Amino acid sequence: MTLWIALIATAAGCYLLKYAGMAAPRRLLDNPWLRRFAIAVPVALLAALIAVEALRGEGQALAWDTARMAGVGAAVLALVLRAPFLVVVVAAAATTAALRALGL
Amino acid sequence: MTRTRLTWANVSILSQLRSPAVRDSLGIGVAVGAAGLAFGTAAVAAGLSPAQSVFLSLFMFTGASQFALVGVIAGGGNLAAGALGALLLGARNTLYGLRLTEVLGWRGAKRALAAHGVIDETTAVTLAQPDRESARIAFVTTYAVLGSFWVAFTLLGALATERVSDIDAFGLDAVGPAIFLGLLWPRLRDEGGRTRLIALLGAGVALATTPILPPGVPVLLAASAGLIALFGPEPRVPGPVDGNGPVSGRNEEVGS
Repeated sequence: MTLWIALIATAAGCYLLKYAGMAAPRRLLDNPWLRRFAIAVPVALLAALIAVEALRGEGQALAWDTARMAGVGAAVLALVLRAPFLVVVVAAAATTAALRALGL
Repeated sequence: MTRTRLTWANVSILSQLRSPAVRDSLGIGVAVGAAGLAFGTAAVAAGLSPAQSVFLSLFMFTGASQFALVGVIAGGGNLAAGALGALLLGARNTLYGLRLTEVLGWRGAKRALAAHGVIDETTAVTLAQPDRESARIAFVTTYAVLGSFWVAFTLLGALATERVSDIDAFGLDAVGPAIFLGLLWPRLRDEGGRTRLIALLGAGVALATTPILPPGVPVLLAASAGLIALFGPEPRVPGPVDGNGPVSGRNEEVGS
């Protein structure tokens, strides 16, 4: 039940954030400091998520998983080659799965 | 939902299928929507039920926030920290909305409905259009296609994962990082060294604090790396620059 409440609240919050942008006065975007920070935050968060998820270990520990890191490497390669989003994701999963099947 | 569909039905499908706006929208909508498979998988692996997974895809409908939230749940983390992380990530949609609302020019109920569809991909495709008419077509098409694929594939992934015992064997633990990389990549590629520095610092802060702080909190702390953006000259971003600089590399103003 607690989980459902958290999910509903977060979903509602995410919607309100979207709506706030659609309904907000234009001048909000004119504050250069707010704008600079707001533009930069997703970069920091996404990079943090990549690092934490790629190196996730047991509990709170960090761990190097060669098969998983190879999958992330395959995603980077696909992005460098300007592959479509779906190819990037499939390349990552397929590489990791293949290496695990080989016993890595 | 109904209003969006009506708008969509009003345009002649055959002629629209040939327009670049629709082609881009379909391509991105299908490709990204299919990634819902990964989300359904990750959500069920984290302990959510298929119903809860689909609920998130249907109502939260913003991939990075969804993945961040279930990531914290999977790590046994604090729900509040997970929710806060999801909201912080979702805050970029506020910025997108500010730009989209000018371009789309909708009001009232239409605007309230369109707000639900404000995400990275709909914004990118919509702002890339040359005029309001194709911007509206692009927005509605991407939203409808991506949205329905995202929800359907979430359900598929969730149901499949319930029947699979070893998720790691399918390499699905590499999917989360790959999706975040795909979202981050255009900005790393197109913006200056400062954007890369922010990314490096954000990752560094999160990694350094992961062993000592509750799950979810390290990613929140990483937001502080964004403070670097307040120093030095305006970021150099390709494209036309107005008095205060552009919002971001791919959010160029569309004729409105």
